[in-house]
Amino acid sequence: MTMAARRGSRFVRRLAHRLTGQPETSSAIWETIQLARHQDRPYPLDYILRLWPDFEELHGDRLYGDDPAIVAGIGRGDGAPVAVIGHQKGRDTAERTYRNFGMPGPEGYRKAMRVMALADKLDLPVITLIDTPGAFPGAGAEERGQGGAIARSMQAMLRLRVPAVAVVIGEGSSGGALALGVADRVIMLENSTYSVISPEGGSAILWRDAAKARDAAAAFQPTAANCYRWGIADAVVPEPAGGAHRDHDEAARLLSGYLTRALRDLRALTPDERRRQRRDRYRRIGAYREVASGDLAAIAAGRGDPSANGGGPA
Amino acid sequence: MTKRQITVSVDRLRRKRPAEGDPVPRLPADERSCPRCQSHYRAEEIRRNLRVCGTCGHHFPVAARERVDQLAGGGPWVELWPELRASDPLQFVDLQPYPDRVEKAERGGSNEAIMCAELDLRGHRCAAAVMDFSFLGGSMGAVVGEKLARACERCIDKGLPLVVVTASGGARMQEGVLALMQMAKTVVAFEWMHDAELPVIVVLAHPTTGGVWASFASLGDVTYAEPGALIAFSGPRVIEQTTRETLPDDFGRAETQLSNGQVDAVVDRRDLADRIARVLAILDRPTGLDPPPAVTWAHARAEKAAEVAKNLPDLSRRLVAKAKPRRPDEDGEIS
Repeated sequence: MTMAARRGSRFVRRLAHRLTGQPETSSAIWETIQLARHQDRPYPLDYILRLWPDFEELHGDRLYGDDPAIVAGIGRGDGAPVAVIGHQKGRDTAERTYRNFGMPGPEGYRKAMRVMALADKLDLPVITLIDTPGAFPGAGAEERGQGGAIARSMQAMLRLRVPAVAVVIGEGSSGGALALGVADRVIMLENSTYSVISPEGGSAILWRDAAKARDAAAAFQPTAANCYRWGIADAVVPEPAGGAHRDHDEAARLLSGYLTRALRDLRALTPDERRRQRRDRYRRIGAYREVASGDLAAIAAGRGDPSANGGGPA
Repeated sequence: MTKRQITVSVDRLRRKRPAEGDPVPRLPADERSCPRCQSHYRAEEIRRNLRVCGTCGHHFPVAARERVDQLAGGGPWVELWPELRASDPLQFVDLQPYPDRVEKAERGGSNEAIMCAELDLRGHRCAAAVMDFSFLGGSMGAVVGEKLARACERCIDKGLPLVVVTASGGARMQEGVLALMQMAKTVVAFEWMHDAELPVIVVLAHPTTGGVWASFASLGDVTYAEPGALIAFSGPRVIEQTTRETLPDDFGRAETQLSNGQVDAVVDRRDLADRIARVLAILDRPTGLDPPPAVTWAHARAEKAAEVAKNLPDLSRRLVAKAKPRRPDEDGEIS
């Protein structure tokens, strides 16, 4: 057995344990969140450096300004050229402030849309790397249309004719993450998280106490294994032992294998077919019950069956 | 039957009891007072005035059912898919379990945070999707996404315009990342409307924030806002906590967003139905120029919509596509 195969089987066992074993404990979930936010974890520029060494970063949304919280550009690695868009956090205090902690404003999303349009024109697959605590909450961002920018970014991704792959490389929280996450394939790294809101934000709202972030994290269950189970993520990519921050080269290598495969699969489809499947993918997500309505005919026809039709993770 | 009615009435009484240590002077049950100008109204009076204060123009919140009545002008309308209810995929518990919250909210008279209906708006047939802030803050869970998607599909099947009235705090956190994905789902639904070349009119009521404003609410062809409505991605409290800036009182209000270029007009609720009807009337007119005289624009539009309808997927009804096979008798849900 080769080293790689052994490492692979260890990963499969780890993931299978997470999927089928007991529900994850709150401390395990909290640990995953800490790993996803680790300051040495590779950020988009670290992956770009390794996977697409010839990279031209593009700046500005051509409307108002440039948002350093989003990195976008075109690059070429081993294979064909691609367009890459990602949330960039900073590693030290100065860079973090410059990058606004990876929280984009509307300019960031408009820059992303501009690069998506470029990719569509030049037939480059779009790869997005998601790692953000959320879109920036600020008065200026609101004035310039934060909500509309996020909505239109999703719309732009749904309209793409080229293949689109979204990778959650760190924490993906709220609409700020989803704005770049509407893709043909969504891949999550083993220790990444994807959630409706950051645990701190959720605890402040639901528990009325920001210190209850651990409880919120346990309730949201934002881990990759759970997202895979719910059909949000199509694949979970292994990380080097101990987490991606231990070995950036290895993390990039593992990711590139999955990316290549996903892009090859997507290239086999026609643009219309890709777009149709991309829409169907999101149309299907949801869980709800159907209860007996007052319509007696419906009940008589057996359609008013109150049994849960969605059901959650068993 | 009788027993059940008694239980409900006891609950009603309990809910209305004021909080301890807070001696709020209670109005008689059939009176309301305006929070802005303190005018008093009888419940019936304010309802007839579309829940707008006659003195100062303050807009009270409106429940979904009543809003549809207002749009339909008292005419008949059909509620669509009332049988869809929230489920608890995460088995979520915060200060109380999520199913308990839902049950409590359902007792308030709405079955979900959105209600879909088909109605005649001043003689224009259309579908309406109306959100209800009183149901768990109008939050967008899987049912809201599903109903909105079905409403769009129905519009496409029948070639109807869609009127959406939003009032929401954002995605429903108790449904976790699945609620987040409803943002994408609603955008998909609006994309179909785009492909079918059917108009979407969005009315932003107080408040429209978070994931709803960051998805379908900002994608209307014509976007109106009600006076004083808060329209923002992040609420003022979140912004003040995060950035430590003090915000002006009119931050994110409909009038501010109008000057920011985020909405088309601020429309008083008493004019709302007429304004929507005017837009629908403008769009309803046959062109009569480019296509041959017999083929109206509406006709061509219906054909285009039918083409899009052919490519719509089957109704989804599950969380994980692989989990359970569909029951064959559910096929006839949408007609």
